[in-house]
Amino acid sequence: MNAKGKVFKYGDNVDTDVIIPARYLAIQDRKELARHCMEDIDVHFINEVKKGDIIVAERNFGCGSSREHAPLVIKEAGISCVIAETFARIFYRNAINIGLPIIECADAAKGIEKGDEVEVDFDSGMIYNHTKGTKYQGQSFPEFMQKIIKAEGLINYINEK
Amino acid sequence: MGMTMTQKILAEHADLDTVIAGQLIEAELDLVLGNDITTPVAIHEMDKMNYEDVFHKNKIALVMDHFIPNKDIKSAENCKCVRDFACKHEITNYFDVGQMGIEHALLPEKGLTVAGDVIIGADSHTCTYGALGAFSTGVGSTDMAAGMVTGKAWFKVPSAIRFNIVGNPSKWVSGKDIILHIIGMIGVDGALYKSMEFVGDGIKNLTMDDRFTIANMAIEAGAKNGIFPVDDLTITYLEEHSKRPYKIYEADEDAEYDGEYTIDLSKLQPTVAFPHLPENTKTFDEIKDVIKIDQAVIGSCTNGRINDLRIAAEILKGKNIAKNVRCIIIPATQAIYLQAMEEGLLKIFIEAGAIVSTPTCGPCLGGYMGILAAGERCISTTNRNFVGRMGHVDSEVYLASPAVAAASAITGAITCPCNL
Repeated sequence: MNAKGKVFKYGDNVDTDVIIPARYLAIQDRKELARHCMEDIDVHFINEVKKGDIIVAERNFGCGSSREHAPLVIKEAGISCVIAETFARIFYRNAINIGLPIIECADAAKGIEKGDEVEVDFDSGMIYNHTKGTKYQGQSFPEFMQKIIKAEGLINYINEK
Repeated sequence: MGMTMTQKILAEHADLDTVIAGQLIEAELDLVLGNDITTPVAIHEMDKMNYEDVFHKNKIALVMDHFIPNKDIKSAENCKCVRDFACKHEITNYFDVGQMGIEHALLPEKGLTVAGDVIIGADSHTCTYGALGAFSTGVGSTDMAAGMVTGKAWFKVPSAIRFNIVGNPSKWVSGKDIILHIIGMIGVDGALYKSMEFVGDGIKNLTMDDRFTIANMAIEAGAKNGIFPVDDLTITYLEEHSKRPYKIYEADEDAEYDGEYTIDLSKLQPTVAFPHLPENTKTFDEIKDVIKIDQAVIGSCTNGRINDLRIAAEILKGKNIAKNVRCIIIPATQAIYLQAMEEGLLKIFIEAGAIVSTPTCGPCLGGYMGILAAGERCISTTNRNFVGRMGHVDSEVYLASPAVAAASAITGAITCPCNL
């Protein structure tokens, strides 16, 4: 299983309030909700993002609220993978549970820049930067987490068992 | 190797003699919590599952507190979705307008959380119940859905950082100053994936309300949970509020910790977290500029309890809120609201020119009841000061204790109560 796309790059402590501001949380329709993805940190994101693109950020991505709306809008916007040095723990859990692939890799988080073409191999945890010709070893998923992501989330995984 | 307090609670709930940090376990849940924002998403997920009923109608708590009384049609529809679900499954602990309060103040008050419990909640500040010696942690809506059906959740057993609390705090130093000091010291990811275990002689000098405030903001240091040992004060609180049996766990003497800090309460001062992260803390000797404010908020799951309101009233009594400052005071539960009324606190607030609201999370997350315009600044007893947290992306939130927020509301600029 691979992800491949152009990179949107952010720094430390990207919080759930900038990923999806609370003023939109009463919206239940996911497509409508996703139109506000990253709005308070990058107003251009939603107009520029294409299916398959990748977010790369530095430390503690997704800190703050437990709102599952945060990984949901990132996935709905078309992002195929989020790479960060570290993730906030509730975001990490939520991303796995809804089937948004995420991967921790400090070197990739530092070396990859906005606009780079990047490919991620989830089986090996390898991250390839095709623009710069570099590669990084990210943390690969334990088998049960891979199964949850392949099933597109925890609920489908439980149903399939 | 010994286990930490958190590890012992998790081991027993996973039916294991021992666990180690990093181990993946499945634990039995004593309580699953959701609110009006996260529960509709969980119900949507449950609809995709093959289930007939919830695992236990007494072990689920649904609290309508974020956008309620309904702020708009969409929030009304979310609450209706949860109300219908609670009715269909006869959920015992469903709290709506009239009974509701801010969830993390309400559940301990109702006796639904006790020492030794394992609790998950689809709200990041679920870690509050660690003040009672429980393991409690925030999760998302899908975990909540799975928890409501199966009564179980998977966890990676956390390692821990130990905070040795010593000394006695001075007059204007409360739980909020202590936790802001700690977050300022270790950073917003300083305890990422870990437990924060508080120990030491100084804990006896902290009220239960102080302990709730400290455990509540463990998440702001990235922690999985924050936890306090159970002492006489905890037992008195539990016996006053709950009929449920509780169990006291203690860390083994040979438990290993990733780090250890000593916090001398006598050396702490009133502390303010500047925009836009809770780790940007300063004490008043480090604040040189006059920082004018447009609004002061006193309330939330962090600081909307009776002691918080008493401190605010002590400062506001006989004074006036500064011209052009809006002061919004929100008792966290109906019981706190009533007690504040009986003690005459509400009269003090209203006579000073503050407003008093029904319990709601409203302004803390920029929902309603105190949204900021571009360029506006708020001193707030809430827990987050991220970009746009209380309104416009160009507004600012400064986090502080009820004492600092009340003093600032009087002067119109961020003020130490010791300087009034």
